[in-house]
Amino acid sequence: MAAHLKKRVYEEFTKVVQQQHEEIATKKLRLTKPSKSAALHIDLCKATSPADALQYLLQFARKPVEAESVEGVVRILLEHYYKENDASVRLKIASLLGLLSKTAGFSPDCIMDDAINTLQNEKSHQVLAQLLDTLLAIGTKLPENPAVQARLIDVACKHLTDTSHGVRNKCLQLLGNLGSLEKNVAKDAEGQTTKDVQKIIGDYFVDQDPRVRTAAIKAMLQLHERGLKLHQTIYNQACKLLSDDYEQVRSAAVQLIWVLSQLYPESIVPIPSSNEEIRLVDDAFGKICHMVSDGSWVVRVQAAKLLGSMGQVSSHFLEQTLDKKLMSDLRRKRTAHERAKELYSSGEFSSGRKWGDDAPKEEVDTGAVNLIESGACGAFVHGLEDEMYEVRIAAVEALCMLAQSSPSFAEKCLDFLVDMFNDEIEEVRLQSIHTMRKISNNITLREDQLDTVLAVLEDSSRDIREALHELLCYTNVSTKEGIHLALVELLKNLAKYPTDRESIWKCLKFLGGRHPTLVLPLVPDLLSTHPFFDTAEPDMDDPAYIAVLVLIFNAAETCPTMPALFSDHTFRHYAYLRDSLSHLVPALRLPGRKLLSSPVSPSITPHEDPSQQFLQQSLERVYNLQHLDPQGTQELLQFTIRDLQRLGELQSDLAGVADFSATYLRCQLLLIKALQEKLWNMAAPLYLKQSDMASAAAKQIMEETYKMEFMYSGVESRQVVIIHHMRLQAKALQLIVTARTTRGMEPLFGMCEKFLQEVDLFQRCFITELPHLQDSFVDKLLDLMPRLMTSKPSEVVKILQATLRQSTFLHLPLPDQIHRASATIIEPAGESDNPLRFTSGLVVALDVDATLEHVQDPQTIVKVQVLYPDGQAQIIHPKPSDFRNPGPGRHRLITQVYLSHGAWTEPCQIEVRLLLAYDSSTRISRPACLDSAEALPLVENSIEGTIPFSKPVKVYIMPKPARR
Amino acid sequence: MPEIKVTPLGAGQDVGRSCILVSIAGKNVMLDCGMHMGYNDDRRFPDFSYITQNGRLTDFLDCVIISHFHLDHCGALPYFSEMVGYDGPIYMTHPTKAICPILLEDYRKITVDKKGETNFFTSQMIKDCMKKVVAVHLHQTVQVDDELEIKAYYAGHVLGAAMFQIKVGSESAVYTGDYNMTPDRHLGAAWIDKCRPNLLITESTYATTIRDSKRCRERDFLKKVHETVERGGKVLIPVFALGRAQELCILLETFWERMSLRAPIYFSTGLTEKANHYYKLFITWTNQKIRKTFVQRNMFEFKHIKAFDRAFADNPGPMVVFATPGMLHAGQSLQIFRKWAGNEKNMVIMPGYCVQGTVGHKILSGQRKLEMEGRQILEVKMQVEYMSFSAHADAKGIMQLVRQAEPDNVLLVHGEAKKMEFLKQKIEQEFHVNCYMPANGETVTLLTHPNIPVGISLGLLKREMALGLLPDAKRPKLMHGTLIMKDNNFRLVSSEQALKELGLAEHQLRFTCRVHIHDTRKEQETVLRVYSHLKSVLKAHSVQHLPDGSVMVESILIQATAHSEDPGTKVLLVSWTYQDEELGSYLTSLLKKGLPQAPS
Repeated sequence: MAAHLKKRVYEEFTKVVQQQHEEIATKKLRLTKPSKSAALHIDLCKATSPADALQYLLQFARKPVEAESVEGVVRILLEHYYKENDASVRLKIASLLGLLSKTAGFSPDCIMDDAINTLQNEKSHQVLAQLLDTLLAIGTKLPENPAVQARLIDVACKHLTDTSHGVRNKCLQLLGNLGSLEKNVAKDAEGQTTKDVQKIIGDYFVDQDPRVRTAAIKAMLQLHERGLKLHQTIYNQACKLLSDDYEQVRSAAVQLIWVLSQLYPESIVPIPSSNEEIRLVDDAFGKICHMVSDGSWVVRVQAAKLLGSMGQVSSHFLEQTLDKKLMSDLRRKRTAHERAKELYSSGEFSSGRKWGDDAPKEEVDTGAVNLIESGACGAFVHGLEDEMYEVRIAAVEALCMLAQSSPSFAEKCLDFLVDMFNDEIEEVRLQSIHTMRKISNNITLREDQLDTVLAVLEDSSRDIREALHELLCYTNVSTKEGIHLALVELLKNLAKYPTDRESIWKCLKFLGGRHPTLVLPLVPDLLSTHPFFDTAEPDMDDPAYIAVLVLIFNAAETCPTMPALFSDHTFRHYAYLRDSLSHLVPALRLPGRKLLSSPVSPSITPHEDPSQQFLQQSLERVYNLQHLDPQGTQELLQFTIRDLQRLGELQSDLAGVADFSATYLRCQLLLIKALQEKLWNMAAPLYLKQSDMASAAAKQIMEETYKMEFMYSGVESRQVVIIHHMRLQAKALQLIVTARTTRGMEPLFGMCEKFLQEVDLFQRCFITELPHLQDSFVDKLLDLMPRLMTSKPSEVVKILQATLRQSTFLHLPLPDQIHRASATIIEPAGESDNPLRFTSGLVVALDVDATLEHVQDPQTIVKVQVLYPDGQAQIIHPKPSDFRNPGPGRHRLITQVYLSHGAWTEPCQIEVRLLLAYDSSTRISRPACLDSAEALPLVENSIEGTIPFSKPVKVYIMPKPARR
Repeated sequence: MPEIKVTPLGAGQDVGRSCILVSIAGKNVMLDCGMHMGYNDDRRFPDFSYITQNGRLTDFLDCVIISHFHLDHCGALPYFSEMVGYDGPIYMTHPTKAICPILLEDYRKITVDKKGETNFFTSQMIKDCMKKVVAVHLHQTVQVDDELEIKAYYAGHVLGAAMFQIKVGSESAVYTGDYNMTPDRHLGAAWIDKCRPNLLITESTYATTIRDSKRCRERDFLKKVHETVERGGKVLIPVFALGRAQELCILLETFWERMSLRAPIYFSTGLTEKANHYYKLFITWTNQKIRKTFVQRNMFEFKHIKAFDRAFADNPGPMVVFATPGMLHAGQSLQIFRKWAGNEKNMVIMPGYCVQGTVGHKILSGQRKLEMEGRQILEVKMQVEYMSFSAHADAKGIMQLVRQAEPDNVLLVHGEAKKMEFLKQKIEQEFHVNCYMPANGETVTLLTHPNIPVGISLGLLKREMALGLLPDAKRPKLMHGTLIMKDNNFRLVSSEQALKELGLAEHQLRFTCRVHIHDTRKEQETVLRVYSHLKSVLKAHSVQHLPDGSVMVESILIQATAHSEDPGTKVLLVSWTYQDEELGSYLTSLLKKGLPQAPS
């Protein structure tokens, strides 16, 4: 009853609000349209002091102005502008002009002349700058008008000689944004002297103010972005700017050089102080490398980032970036990397570590040592050792990109990447592990490198370990010792962090699959088989043993000789694991055994796929039935739903589609059931008790439709219509049920009106889709709309009831790709018998770790819900940084949930689950229905809710009373 | 000519006893005041009598600057200020001020209490000396007096190490002290802006070395420790109390944390605890990582590292111990070493250089049998490892700093002469600047060309700007005005204003010149011819024919008279003022060429 009351209150409330709102809105529109400019005029005339005027203008700026009245407002503003003596007011007016000219639907060419005129007499530099800004706004609104552009450029050029840096900045900005492109130059050639914008901007590269220099470079970059081809001559100027005193100038200059190097990679530039010449891209690369050791870290980050995208650079230069000639006391020394390599190749790896091991060898010719190379020498060595981790990350990223394009470079940078695994900042370590994974196709790890890589497996950060497992999946190992080492370390890891089980198994699966020949000689050792004696059968539940078996079985898949080495129990274990961990253990061709399931040959296209066909057929069957007896329909629906669910379980790639259709059919089934009830014909009072079933059905359909709409990714507008249509039907059902169960007409009025509004909204939002909805509920309803609008609520209800019964079942077209959002909570596991004890009233942090699949934008919509045994529910919004994105469509939530409660006498279980929050207005409010000014009621109607989408996990907790 | 004079009293072509005298624009500054580790006689302190024979040091020196707390940079300070006598200001950074007295006290104790020297400074003297210290912040400009200002830059190396810029007017010098251009686990890299000093005085300890990446060394170190601990062995790391010890602690601490290891790490007590306390306090002087994470946890509050007790050395199971001193020549580290040397599972890691004759040096050079006191023979079975962690800039780092600061001259100190030679040559070759490397007591004199600021009146500036075209950036420009030198400052004003200010009447200087022209016609006609000729040539100027029969070009007057003797020759009288000199001389030369033949 309470809920019922609440609903009524809510309905009445909304009704009132809406009426008021509409009235006011219409009145306002009528009143303000003509008076807006007038009011401003009066206000400004009233203003006695500049401060007053400023206040009025500020107030005015808060309200939007309609496109029609913009021009009037502008005139008034300008009029006042000429009269005004105070610079700050003029400034505000100028900025308002800019804002107004941006108004949608207003063409600002009519005010351009005025704006330019105001420039003539202006003395204040700030106002001038603001006016130029306004012109920029005007110019960007009229991109198709070359005459306007030319004029604005003229204006800009004229003011470039201004003494204030602000004005010059704006002029350059104007030039950058509006400077004519070369295509137009040819066209304009008939007389107008089109200025060479690039030359003008280039002149300001040597301006005395660093801000202006920066603006000039930015303007040049802007030109480039707009598609103008920059001249190669700028390159020399830009190079000079690299040694500027100001970091923002250098930073911009680095960008400009990069742009030029991409434009003219192959042109030849001379090397100063010698006769040689090199390619421009190489020269630029050297220069940018040089900036990696700049004094300002902003520039260093910029330079390191850009290095990564210079793929055309010659390999000779590229490899220099990793080169740093070591010396000690003027004698050449080998780097630790070289030494490690040598030790490795000479076969004595572990011995020979003593003082003087790195003793310098040959003498260095003092003349030949170049301490500051102008080239790329050691750029990455510096970048990776930088103090700021931002620079290091940028350098690692750049390394990654360059290594992806050059296998030989990948081989060389390996040592450095491996070194980064020991960085002090976790982010950097993680980034370098990811980088390594990305380039792992190009590389083979040496044993000593593998050693270092594997050492990181003991890291206490889960992210790092998992990233490393991922890396190992793709790594090529060169020797069987390497494989053994990796296995040993992984098992160590497993012993130390048992939660990594899944990840380690998966890693070993790939490791085995990649290196069958290397695993083969290890098999007897790993299985501890003996040629003569039978050994004890290992424990089948030991995760470490399973890990070893996963490695071996995956290797055996491509190595037919391997099963001969297995002992009897290994075959038994194989059979067991093949069943229980089928995603990790492949089907083996074992002697004396037939393959049970032949894998689906990839030649079968999805349409020929039998399961796909089955799905289509069963749906067809349902949609085709129109005139079956109610009983039969229900049964068929039930069976189909069951089939679809089972299909979804069997075929993971069809799960989304199957679930989606099953949900839809279930809605339909509920609707049919509700309508089939015999009780509809009874008199209202008698009906009271039995209404439960129908209203529950209505409610459930609503819930299911929300699920359909928000839980599946890949839903298109065609489906959204059908879903909304279903929801409309549910609402109609609700209305009918309420009409039957309540006495009196008062509440019904509001409900009817609301329903009709909704129908109206439906029609407006999906006007394009209406032709597809022939014969449907809404189709019929819209035909009857004029009648409905005028008739009484009881009439409406009757009509609705009839329409609902007659309407046909809509065919739900299936989208190509549809996935159901799902979540699995990995932690807390919910198995613990030890309660989490804490003092009541204080908080305890519960670590939650979950994987989310097919959730779009989880940062905003995924919430964690905690349900206490007393029914108290708590919803927690995780921080955006708690979400990680390990792969496409996958997300990982690692967060902490704070629990607190009063004291309990017994430990008890709380439930933790994940929710998907939705807002019903988000999907419909597409631009299609936004053009109408009355988009407001939409927002009012939006219903926010949540859908649980993970299995709840129980956590045992025990708040103790506080001790005194 | 203005000049900068530099005289190293210590650290000239040498390491140790850093003490450099700089006189710049009449101001005398002493940079560092250190002692020499290698000597125990008078040579351990700089020879302060060089500064002034008789008379007080305070009168001669404007200030003393200490770059960091290492004894070879501050060890002689109490002797200098209290025993020799100096009452002027001493500048150092806050951490240096905090840690320096601890080290001085320790040094005093060893010298007086252990070696029994007399005539050495006392604890009270250290305290009195520290009272004269003024602490400075990074990048804070401190006005020592009206003209002399100093500014500190971050130098890495040890906690609180700074580079100092000394500036008088437009002349400046930068002294780097010891610095490190690569960041380490607890300190950042040295940084300086493009201050373009006249002189950069830089250390050059590793002038001929280019070092390998720090990461390899760190990784090796950690791997060795980790392996030994996993085997159940004990690791001994002999260190000096300050500097590297903290770096290694952080390194091990984070590694223990990352790998969740359990084995205990101990740190021998004493100096270190006090020092660690200061490391905790001066978080702003550490590197990015520590600065960013200290809100959650101060990295110097070690979780895994505990204080060491002598009894712990006999505990079973793995452990890591940091013990002083660093060269295994005495004290706790040697005691522990003797206990553990016999077991091949154990390991000793020497993190730095060892002087010849110490146990450290012997075992590093591979000696396996050591003769200890009392003819005991100690067999060393434990593993001996060497790991170099040094916090000085290498050759590349030095070059990088020179490039950042863009000095006019470079002066090398704090290094060996032979190595300096190489670096000097490189610097001269790459940067094309002069490089000096004076020995102790040798004075280097550099000429400077300081800029002299001149004030200019706005009116004049605007007037002159209007004459030229665009104001071109950073290009010299010619302008006319009067320079007034009054009250020790310079001003450039227009000549009218100068006259007014000085109360002088304006004198007019007029040049007149006669030009003879052969012309038989009448004077009037000659004048007309001249007029039309000038009119056609000087299009940009106003040429007038006045009713009194003369011609005016701008303000230049031209009159013609007949020659008294030869009527066929006319004399043109050209007269112009000094201001119009340019045009006037042009006109005369023009007229001297003669008039063009009249068409008539």
